[in-house]
Amino acid sequence: MANAERHASDDIHVEFENIGKSYDGRVMAVQDFNLSVRRGEFLSLLGPSGSGKTTCLMMLAGFEAPTTGAIRIAGRSVHALPPRKRGIGMVFQDYALFPHMTVADNLAFPLDVRGMSRDETRGLVRRALRLVRLEGFEGRRPGQLSGGQQQRVAIARALVFEPDLVLMDEPLGALDRHLREEMQYEIRRIHRTLGVTIVYVTHDQQEAMVMSDRVAVLRDGRIEQVAPPESLYEEPERSFVARFIGENNRLHGRVLSIEKDICRVRVGEDIVQAILVAPCEPGDATTLSIRPARIAVSPRPGLYTNEFDARIRDITFVGDHLRIRVEACGREDFVAKIPNMVGHGAVLEGDVVRIGWTPTDCRVLDAGEDHDA
Amino acid sequence: MPAKITMRSAAENRARLRAAGLALPLVAFVGVTFVAPLVSMLVRSVYDPVVADALPETIALLDDWDGMNVPEEAVFEAAARELLVAQEERTIGQIAGRVNRVQGGLRSVLVVSARRLRDASGSVGRDSMVDINPAWEEVETWHALRTAGERYTTRHYLAAVDLTRLPDGSVVRQAPDRRIYVPLFVRTLMVSLGVTLLCLILGYPLAHLIAHSPPRRGGLLLALVLVPFWTSLLVRTTSWIVLLQNQGVVNDLLVAAGFVADDARLALIYNMTGTFVAMTHVLLPFMVLPLYSVMHTIPRSHMSAAASLGARPGQAFWRVYWPQSLPGVGAGSLLVFILAIGYYITPALVGGSTGQLISNMVAYHMQTSLNWGLASALGGIILVCVSILYILYDRVTGGGRLGVT
Ligand SMILES: Nc1ncnc2c1ncn2[C@@H]1O[C@H](COP(=O)(O)OP(=O)(O)O)[C@@H](O)[C@H]1O
Ligand SMILES: [Mg+2]
Repeated sequence: MANAERHASDDIHVEFENIGKSYDGRVMAVQDFNLSVRRGEFLSLLGPSGSGKTTCLMMLAGFEAPTTGAIRIAGRSVHALPPRKRGIGMVFQDYALFPHMTVADNLAFPLDVRGMSRDETRGLVRRALRLVRLEGFEGRRPGQLSGGQQQRVAIARALVFEPDLVLMDEPLGALDRHLREEMQYEIRRIHRTLGVTIVYVTHDQQEAMVMSDRVAVLRDGRIEQVAPPESLYEEPERSFVARFIGENNRLHGRVLSIEKDICRVRVGEDIVQAILVAPCEPGDATTLSIRPARIAVSPRPGLYTNEFDARIRDITFVGDHLRIRVEACGREDFVAKIPNMVGHGAVLEGDVVRIGWTPTDCRVLDAGEDHDA
Repeated sequence: MPAKITMRSAAENRARLRAAGLALPLVAFVGVTFVAPLVSMLVRSVYDPVVADALPETIALLDDWDGMNVPEEAVFEAAARELLVAQEERTIGQIAGRVNRVQGGLRSVLVVSARRLRDASGSVGRDSMVDINPAWEEVETWHALRTAGERYTTRHYLAAVDLTRLPDGSVVRQAPDRRIYVPLFVRTLMVSLGVTLLCLILGYPLAHLIAHSPPRRGGLLLALVLVPFWTSLLVRTTSWIVLLQNQGVVNDLLVAAGFVADDARLALIYNMTGTFVAMTHVLLPFMVLPLYSVMHTIPRSHMSAAASLGARPGQAFWRVYWPQSLPGVGAGSLLVFILAIGYYITPALVGGSTGQLISNMVAYHMQTSLNWGLASALGGIILVCVSILYILYDRVTGGGRLGVT
């Protein structure tokens, strides 16, 4: 593999180093922000509203200056470069299509200001429209297009001048669910076709999981975890991530003892064994997270180290699985998902059953902010 | 279900009727305060029955007159009879005034003749009238009488554009020293254009600043723009007198700074400069408000998008921002221009003799010379100019945006 011989840093396209940003000189909108984006990667910034995603994108695009730290694109600091010289394609949340220009003129704009010839421009515009499957819409005004079509035009315009880095700020936020899923697929297809680096901002965890090579989870201006979607789901390292990504049962407790990477944690009256993820000491407050699908209901006795009594509160039929809410380990909303197979042990609301899980499916994380909740 | 549909449409009709009813006071108000005066003004500019009603027989006879030689005896007799009646009914003054407007100097001819005719006895004809005043022997006098007797007339409009009709019916320009209105129209258009341009140059950056400021600061700035509306127009205009007069603040400062010698103070008011400055000030909000209302709908992201696409600030402005602000530029300019064309108080107060505009002339004819026909014709011309501009603007900005075409 020739790639392996290349110097590792050659593959880093964008680098945030110790970035901090404050708009008012007091509150930090972004801080201690370190992130490397590989060339050709699809990286999502995922976080709730106000977590600093747009701020990061604006600093990368050059519309905001970092208060501390440095941003490098292709190894060079872009501190002194104005937005127009960064050569970054950008898709805005409101699309920012120019309403007084036709679709073709919108796409030609970045080429015109670069002084490109008419023929060259026409060729590139046609190619970009074909890429987003909007041939034949050249003469329309943005106001005559549907939301999804406007979205495609915005993407085509961000790509038409062939930037190798494209930023998208919640580009699908204004679309309905069906269109959103279609556009997710389209954007991924375009990403694969062109091989550009995409930094994508969203607050929709499912969207981030579906689209990205890696996801950076943000919270209050800090990165909680950067990882590929699968590991974010399977191996959350922070209780915030465990809560934000997918569904997790979270148990609050105190560390009793640590043996190698297995922890004994007191949760209410019970003692749970779990795998150590975040560094901690005996006596520390902690959050345990367990995926509902990893919980067995009425298992063969003795199969699991963690086994507890649980009273079934309700059972919901969700197509291919049953979703069972139980009272267990001091919580009333403990959720288990079990496959909906014919002949599966009949459980009824109000029954008391045994539930169990292995220590490796149960992760010891930081206490999290809602520890006492 | 047809029954249901009928019911609903009946309900709809009732709702529509009620809506129309609510608009009725407004329609009445517009009708009484706007449409009626406008129509009566336009009528007055082409319709003047005073002379025709007072001297019906004379005017009828003059219609058949060849216009080359002094009219026949019958015309003199009719004129004498009818002037006498007018004298008794005390309408002679009105008649004389109107004839005098057609040809200067005839007022006294008519008034005096009428009075003397009363004293004369027996048959009155050509000889006795020429006796009273030799002007009756001149063809021009009879032409003036015939012109003033036109019930429906274009003479006010001709006068308003410095034209006059010769006795042979041909239309020619007034003598150079009597051409007043066309130069005044040109001056008014020029001043209006200049004021509009100045308002645009001053108002555009201001509106931009307000539209793209954070909401609180924007609101404050907008309030500052609106403050002049809470001040009387007279106060605003007269404060310019304080500032600009010979011993005013501006001149004092210039003298103190040594830019101007004390005995060579600038004439900044009671001339065109004063009109220009004060009108720009008074009309500026009418430029800023439409500009603002368009600009604050232009998303900030458009300029960011242009920059990220590689445009320099200038390119981004001219190709992305300016075209989107054009409806505001059009609306603001049109508003200022229309207001400027008809502007009256400010030029009257600070314009001196060289800073007067066409509406000051309209006011003069309304209030002083009492030539309402001419005043109406001048007003009609202004109205037509403005309407043309309005339609032009509507076409240019894509039609129907202002609800007209
Ligand atoms: N232009 C700005 N001026 C002042 N504060 C800002 C500005 N933009 C964002 N912020 C603040 O910075 C924080 C992060 O905002 P933002 O980056 O927009 O978050 P996100 O895009 O994740 O919703 C928020 O607390 C927000 O109020
Ligand atoms: Mg945002």
